[in-house]
Amino acid sequence: MSDAGLLETLLRRIEAADGGVDSLETASILGVDHQVLVGAVKSLLALEDLISAELRSSKHWELSGEGTEIAEQGSHEARVFSSIPPEGLPQSELMKLSFGKIGFSKAMSNKWIKVDKTHEGGPRIFRSGAVEGLLWLLSTSQHELWIILETAIQLTTMRWTVKSYWITKGSCFSTTITKPETELTPEMIANGSWKEKKFKPYNFEALGVAPDCGHLHPLMKVRTQFRQIFLEMGFTEMPTNNFIESSFWNFDSLFQPQQHPARDAHDTFFISDPALAHEFPLEYLERVKKIHSEGGYGSQGYKYDWKIEEAQKNILRTHTTAVSARMLYKLAQQEKFTPVKYFSIDRVFRNETLDATHLAEFHQIEGVVADRGLTLGDLMGILHQFFTKLGITKLRFKPAYNPYTEPSMEVFSYHEGLKKWVEVGNSGVFRPEMLLPMGLPEDVTVIAWGLSLERPTMIKYGINNIRELVGHKVNLQMVYDGPICRLES
Amino acid sequence: MPTVGVKRDLLFKALGKTYTDEEFDELCFEYGLELDEITSEKEIISREQGDSKASGASDVILYKIDVPANRYDLLCLEGLVRGLQVFKNKLEAPRYRRVSPLSGEPQKLIITEETVAVRPHAVAAVLRNITFTQERYDSFIELQEKLHQNICRKRSLVAIGTHDLDTVSGPFTYTAKPPAEISFKPLNQTKEYTATQLMSLYKTDSHLRHYLHIIEDKPLYPVIYDSNGIVLSMPPIINGDHSKITLKTKNVFVECTATDLTKAKIVLDMMVTMFSEYCSQPFTVEEAEVVYPDGKTCKYPELAYRKEKLSSDFVNRKVGINESTETIARLLTKMCLRSEVTGVGDEIEVEIPPTRSDVIHACDIMEDAAMAYGFNNIPYTTPRTYTVANQFPLNKLTELLRQDLAAAGFTEALNFALCSTEDISDKLGKKISETRAVHIANPKTVEFQVARTTLLPGLLKTLAANRKMPLPLKLFEISDVVLKDDTKDVGARNSRRFCAVYYNKSPGFEVIHGLLDRTMQLLEVKSQRGDGYHIQAAEDSTFFPGRCAEIFVGGKSVGRLGVLHPDVITRFELTMPCSAVEMDIEPFL
Repeated sequence: MSDAGLLETLLRRIEAADGGVDSLETASILGVDHQVLVGAVKSLLALEDLISAELRSSKHWELSGEGTEIAEQGSHEARVFSSIPPEGLPQSELMKLSFGKIGFSKAMSNKWIKVDKTHEGGPRIFRSGAVEGLLWLLSTSQHELWIILETAIQLTTMRWTVKSYWITKGSCFSTTITKPETELTPEMIANGSWKEKKFKPYNFEALGVAPDCGHLHPLMKVRTQFRQIFLEMGFTEMPTNNFIESSFWNFDSLFQPQQHPARDAHDTFFISDPALAHEFPLEYLERVKKIHSEGGYGSQGYKYDWKIEEAQKNILRTHTTAVSARMLYKLAQQEKFTPVKYFSIDRVFRNETLDATHLAEFHQIEGVVADRGLTLGDLMGILHQFFTKLGITKLRFKPAYNPYTEPSMEVFSYHEGLKKWVEVGNSGVFRPEMLLPMGLPEDVTVIAWGLSLERPTMIKYGINNIRELVGHKVNLQMVYDGPICRLES
Repeated sequence: MPTVGVKRDLLFKALGKTYTDEEFDELCFEYGLELDEITSEKEIISREQGDSKASGASDVILYKIDVPANRYDLLCLEGLVRGLQVFKNKLEAPRYRRVSPLSGEPQKLIITEETVAVRPHAVAAVLRNITFTQERYDSFIELQEKLHQNICRKRSLVAIGTHDLDTVSGPFTYTAKPPAEISFKPLNQTKEYTATQLMSLYKTDSHLRHYLHIIEDKPLYPVIYDSNGIVLSMPPIINGDHSKITLKTKNVFVECTATDLTKAKIVLDMMVTMFSEYCSQPFTVEEAEVVYPDGKTCKYPELAYRKEKLSSDFVNRKVGINESTETIARLLTKMCLRSEVTGVGDEIEVEIPPTRSDVIHACDIMEDAAMAYGFNNIPYTTPRTYTVANQFPLNKLTELLRQDLAAAGFTEALNFALCSTEDISDKLGKKISETRAVHIANPKTVEFQVARTTLLPGLLKTLAANRKMPLPLKLFEISDVVLKDDTKDVGARNSRRFCAVYYNKSPGFEVIHGLLDRTMQLLEVKSQRGDGYHIQAAEDSTFFPGRCAEIFVGGKSVGRLGVLHPDVITRFELTMPCSAVEMDIEPFL
C-alpha cells in the first residue's frame, strides 16, 4: 500500500468509525506493520486539525529467547534427564551440551540424576529414576511451587510496552488530504492560489542563516567614530602619513632636550637606512638651537650643547605631535594668523617592553586648537565636550609633567564599574619655547590632548589581550561577531 | 616618572598629621603626585624573590609616590615634606644660604686639563656639622641614587660623590689618568685594585656594570685625589672606601663631576638644599672653591635665587580665572615660589629658589598658580574658535573604500607596520635590496627589523593564524607601507596601499580579479586601455608563473594581482591555494 493510499484508507476508517479507531487494531486489520501506521498518523497530525490522536500504552508479556527455547524443547533439566542413556554419560560429555551446565545443577537438586565420581574414566552421570522425581514434585508444598513459578517467569519472559494511538476526527476533518505549502511562490501570487492554500507554520525558535558578508575591523570602527566626533566638533584632519620622522620634528621642535630619556634607544626606534634627515627650515632650526642651548622668548632654556647631529637622526615617530609641530610651523608661516582646530588618529611607535596591553606600535588620537587667548579653562571645556561624546561626563584633572606642555594635565574619568578614577588621556598647553621659535604670534595659545585608540577599543569590545585585536594574531571570529560601534552608549 | 619610596609613619610624623590612605592620595592628586602603591619591604621582597626570602623583612608600611620627572626637589622624604608643608601653609619655604667657613679658607677642588677629554666639569660643597640618623643616612644615599637615575641620566651627565671630610684633607685634585696608574681600595672592598682591574671586577656587578661604558673606552679615567694622594672617587663609577660616609660623619664633602655643567650645578644644589636641614645651622651650606685649569675660580654651590616679574592679568588670562593680585601672589607662595605684590599695576615679583630648577619660563609660574588654585576649581569654558572641518583627502578615500570592500564580502585586517626583513623579502621570493625598505637600527626582536614595503605578508600571516576558520577566507587591508624616497626631507615616505587575499581550496583568481573590477567601478575607472584600467601578464617571483598580471591605470602600473607561488604559500605556513591583489590607491585621489 502506497503512503498516500494508506493515509486515505486510514482517514476513511476514521470517518466510518464511531468515536475513533485504535492504531494497533487498525494495523492488524489493514495488515500493515504497526510502526508504518504510526508514521501515517504522525504525518496526518502535521496537517493542522485534520485528526487528533491520543497516545495510549498497554503492557504485554512475551516469552524471551530462553523462554521460547524452553517452551519448544522442554526445560534445561528435563533435556539433561532425557539426554542421559541408561548406561549413563560421562560428566564431561554432558557439560559440552548447550543446556548442560544449568540443566545439570537443576536436575541434581531435583534429584533426577546422580553422579558416580568413582567411575572408571572420570565422573559419570546416571538417571536416578522417574519415580523418585515425581515423588519429589508431589511432596513439594504449595509455597514452594509459587517460588518455582516466579523464578520461571523472571527467567523466561519479558515485559513489553506497546504504544498505540486512539485516533479521532479533528476540527477540520476531511478524507482528502491537502498538503500545506512551505513557501509562497511566484505562481501562487500570479494565480491567486495562495488564498486557498494552507501554509506550514515557521519555527521562530530557530536562528536564521548567517549572511555572506565582509566585516570591518573593530579598531577601525572605533577610529571611524573618533574621526566622526572630531569632524562634528569642527576639527580638520592632519596628514599623518609619514611614519619616518626626524628627531628634529619629533623632539627638538617640541623643546624636548636632547638628553631626554624618551630619546634613548630603549624607548625609540632609530633608523639605520635612511639614517639621517637632510633638509630642515634653516632659520627655524637656528631658533630651535638657540632656545635649547641659550634660552630666549622669556625662557632660561636648557643651557646645554645642542647638536644638529642629534636632530638629524631619523626615527619612527614616537607620537603624532611631530605632525602637529609641522602643521603649527606651517601655520606660523602664513601671512596672517588664522585660528585652527586639528586632529589626527594614526600609528606611533615605541621600542618598549611588550605585554598584554602594550605593543611596539599603537594608534594615537590627538586634538589641537590654536587661537588667540585660549585658557586652561577652555582646554577643560573642550575636553568635557569631547569626552561627553564618548559617554564620559565626570572628569577630573591632575597636574602632570610633559616637556612640551605647560600646564600639563592628566585627564581622569570616574569609572562606575571599578568605582574609581581612571586615566583616560593627557592634555596641556604647548610651551612658548615651542611656539615662539616657529613664529606664531605671542598671544596665540595652543592647547592639545591625546589618548590611545587601542585602550577605549579594548574596553568597548571586552578584549583583554591586545594581540587578539591588533596584528596578524587577530581572532577573526571576534571580527566577524563584532557589533557596530556607538561610543556614547 | 620617578617613584620615591617613603615610610608612611615617618612621613606623617614629619607632616605633623596622620592621613587615611584616601586622604593622602587626594593630597597627592592635587599636588601633581601619585600615590602609586602602598606596600612594605616584606611585601616587595616576597613578590620579587618569594615568601621564604621575605621572612624577617620589615613590615613597616611604605608609600611609593610617583613624582613628576622635572621635580628633583621632591625625590626624597625631606623635599616631599617641605613641599607639602609649604603647600598646606604649615611652613614657610626655607631660605638656603651659602656661607664661608667659620675659620680659614674654603675647601678647594682643583681641576686639571686632563679631564677635558673625558669629563670636564666638577662642582663641590660642604655640609658642615650635620647629624645623621639611620633614616637620614638612608635617605641621603637614596637621593643620590634617584638623581643618578634621572637628571644625571644614569651618571652619564653627572655623577655625585659624597665623602667624610674629616678623613681626607684638601685641597682636592680632579684629574684624569691612565687606568693602570689609578689604584685604590674602592667602596666596600677589602683591598686595592687598579682602575683596569676594577672595570673587569664590575663587569658582573648588577648595579655598577651599567655605568662602565661611560669611560671604558677612554684613554684616561677621571679621578679625585686629596692632598695626600688618597682617592676620593673615580667618577662616574665608584668612590674610595677611605672617605666613605658613616652615621658618625659630621662634615660631608659633596662633589659632582659632569659632562653638562648646568645639570651638575642643579644636582649639587639639590643635594645640599635637601640635607642642609640637618646641619647645626639649618639650610646653610659651606662653600667650596673650584679652580679651573686656566686659573679661574668659582664658588659653589650656586644656590641662586632668580626673580621674575609677571602680572596677575597674565595668570588670570592663561588659566581662565579672575583672582586678585594678592591672591595670586599667595597661591604662588604656597608652591615655594615666594611672591610679592610690587604695587606697580598688577605686577607680582616671584622669587624662584634653587630647588625649583624646573621653573624656566613665566608659563611654569602660571602653572603653579593654577595648581595652587586647584585645577578642578577652574570653570570649564568653551572657546569661540570658529573653524570648518576638513578631512584629509587620502583618509576620506580610504574610509569610503573600506566600507565598500567590506560590502563586497571581504573582511578587514589590521597588521603591524613593522616586520622582519624575511617577511618582505625571502618569504615573498624577493631580494631585500630591491624592496626600498627602511631599516631599523635598534630592534629588540626580529619582528621590528624593517617597516613593511607591502601589505601582503601581514595578510598571509593573518590567514595562517586563522586557519581553523571556515573557508574561503577573504581578507583586505588599506593601510600605509613605507618606502625610501630621496625627494623627502627624511628620505622616506608612506604609500597607501590596498591589498586583498582569497584563500580557498581553489586559487580563485577570478574572485580577486572580480574584486579588482569592483574596486575600479567604485573608483569610477572604466575597463579599457588608455584612460581606463587593464591588466596584462607579468613576471613576479611572488606569484605562480603565468598566473600574475600587472594592473595599469591610465597607462601607469599601480599594482599586481595573481595566484601566489606555492613556495610563498608554504613559507607563510599555509596549505591552500591563494590569490592576491595589491595596489597603490594614491593615484585615485
